[in-house]
Amino acid sequence: MELKTFSMGGVHPADKKLSAGSPIQAFPVPAQVTIPCAMHIGAPAEIVVAKGDKVKVGTLIAKANGFVSANIHSSVSGTVFKIEPVADASGYTKMAVVINVEGDEWEETIDRTPDINANVDAYSPEEIINLVHEAGVVGMGGATFPTKVKLSIPLEKKAEAVLINAVECEPYLTADHRVLLEKADEMLIGTRLLMKAVKVERAYVGIEQNKMDAIEKLTALCASKYPDITIVPLKLRYPQGSEKHLIKAIMGKEVPSGRLPIDVGAVVDNAGTAVAVYEAVMKKKPLIERVVTVTGDSVKNPSNFMVRIGTPIQALIEAVGGLPEDTGKIISGGPMMGKAITRTDIPVAKGTSGVLMLPESLAHRGPLANCIRCGKCVDACPMGLEPYLLAIYGKNKNFEESEANHVTDCIECGCCVFSCPSNRPILDFVRFGKQNVMKIIRARSAKK
Amino acid sequence: MSNLLTISPSPHAKGKDTVQNLMWSVILALVPAFLFSLYMFGIGALVTTLVSVGFCMLFEWIVTKIFLHEQHHLRDGSAILTGILLAFNLPSNISPFIVMVGAAVAIGVAKMSFGGLGMNLFNPALVGRVFLLISFPTQMTSWPVPIESRLQYLDAVTGATPMSHDMLGKADIMDMLFGMTGGSLGEVAAIALILGGVYLLWRRIITWHIPVSIIATVAIFSLIVWLVTGDAGHNPVYQLIGGGLMLGAIFMATDYVTSPMSSKGKLIYGVGIGVLTVLIRFWASYPEGMSFAILLMNAVTPLINKKFKPTRFGESK
Repeated sequence: MELKTFSMGGVHPADKKLSAGSPIQAFPVPAQVTIPCAMHIGAPAEIVVAKGDKVKVGTLIAKANGFVSANIHSSVSGTVFKIEPVADASGYTKMAVVINVEGDEWEETIDRTPDINANVDAYSPEEIINLVHEAGVVGMGGATFPTKVKLSIPLEKKAEAVLINAVECEPYLTADHRVLLEKADEMLIGTRLLMKAVKVERAYVGIEQNKMDAIEKLTALCASKYPDITIVPLKLRYPQGSEKHLIKAIMGKEVPSGRLPIDVGAVVDNAGTAVAVYEAVMKKKPLIERVVTVTGDSVKNPSNFMVRIGTPIQALIEAVGGLPEDTGKIISGGPMMGKAITRTDIPVAKGTSGVLMLPESLAHRGPLANCIRCGKCVDACPMGLEPYLLAIYGKNKNFEESEANHVTDCIECGCCVFSCPSNRPILDFVRFGKQNVMKIIRARSAKK
Repeated sequence: MSNLLTISPSPHAKGKDTVQNLMWSVILALVPAFLFSLYMFGIGALVTTLVSVGFCMLFEWIVTKIFLHEQHHLRDGSAILTGILLAFNLPSNISPFIVMVGAAVAIGVAKMSFGGLGMNLFNPALVGRVFLLISFPTQMTSWPVPIESRLQYLDAVTGATPMSHDMLGKADIMDMLFGMTGGSLGEVAAIALILGGVYLLWRRIITWHIPVSIIATVAIFSLIVWLVTGDAGHNPVYQLIGGGLMLGAIFMATDYVTSPMSSKGKLIYGVGIGVLTVLIRFWASYPEGMSFAILLMNAVTPLINKKFKPTRFGESK
């Protein structure tokens, strides 16, 4: 089998897909959910319910506020208990709607039957984009970019292909893997809807070789039912799930520095997003639940759950046998790009792909040593940057040089830190430089 | 569960490389060459290596503990590695006092006075060696005859290295490959050094860029000169397996701290070392040019780093 991959840098973390064999289980609806109104990149949604309002599953509770924003719906039925700022995985507080659950009553418009509806022709591109927008679909790989924005291609640009990101290159996470196995038809029909929305004839699904069962299943399915969709097996390599690197691996094209995938004709969406698009269009079901991997080296039953948005992470941890004795760090997401969280009462959001409990032995950084200039970070950088140098510039607040050395190209994948034998906090300083350079660039363009 | 959770920015996963295991892996890669030199030079090789390593560790300890009042880093293996590399660049019958001076210069001057591991501009072992070469030219250029003098140390019978001008072209190539010729104690057996190099490449501790560019440059440059002059001493085969070329190309020039960071930079650096080595060997007053070539290129490494950046993703298009 021919395996594709990207060209420069990258690392090979142990993939530890402990929960790959556990089917998606429907997670019980909790007694109370906390739904933040900023679960996407862009402006926070504007809350349209008030304390005491009755809501059903699928009721709009916050409206997209501007072009880059997304609708948010209630994931449960019940009464709005309060509206107040709540801390999320980032540690910052954001306005959130807290709902006390009463029963499980869904909006009548939502089709809850399990029947597969493959009638893509019934919808025009505009209708698809509109339904995706209504349903509040965002990128579910973790970046949470509103999908509608990706599909609204500017007139002067033209898409060539839809790329479905089913790489899941983060160690431990298996949410997308299970979606591929258990919701293959939904995912592929969702892909067709995306193709229709951006008016292209071809789609590629990139899957890494550690998911052979999914590759085989989908290849057979595409051969019989979806000849316009190609399954592309990929070599195991982090960060292949980065949008730019997936495009490079599948299409052989490099998105130029500072440009978007559409500039090389690619529209990239996550496999989970494709399923959400299917449900939004065919089932009129808003994005109110998602698959979350709950795992860790010492976790009793690493699992994949279908979880209502707003469920506290604490409930997920209890469901896999409780927090292991030796836990030293809890991560929302994967170990390479996830966020370490301070508390377990934070809610599952649209971008929560996993909850990872790392043992104390893996929770800390190694002892700091001098940089030995080995160049491993340079070799590992998938963007062809010089992380050691950017770290020095960041540390010295030399933002001019940071910018000149393209710090804004950094995708914060963490390969530099992963490969560093001296345990240097390279990315911390690179991020610091990048944030400041972005600020400077914004100020500069505001002046013009 | 302890109620304290650790918070840190991503990534939360870490590869297996540490400074310590990188250094020890390089030391491991030097074992075949060391065994070879024990066979060739016997007691002398053992004593010189132990003395060199011992003094390098001692001087590093003295500087960190007594002068800097810092925790010592002897366990990271870098002082041991410098000691071994320094010894490998010395004749096996050299006086321990001379070795001590070399170690003092290598660790005290070339490494610690620049700020310790990672801060030095020049390869410490080579600075030590060149200092000794200039200070003790006679002792540094009389090499014991291999095998015959295995049981002797300071009183070993000495002979010329195949790299001296009058000997060049007369030594047997197989002898040179297997270390049956005179020379510094660690540089004689090209085969053992190449074996170590293959291990380093396989473990991805070094990349191919520096050794290959040095070896290719020396081969091509000396081949051209050989074709023009017809002088047997310019035969590229001798140039490649003779003297410190393999030791230099595989173990000295690839020193992380003093070599460039990017692959492009490493190639430029390797070509520079190759050209300088041949120039010095053929037209300067030293029969051996590797040490000087590497040190000269060490000096321009910061410039190479500035000038030769890696190709960025999405840069060309």
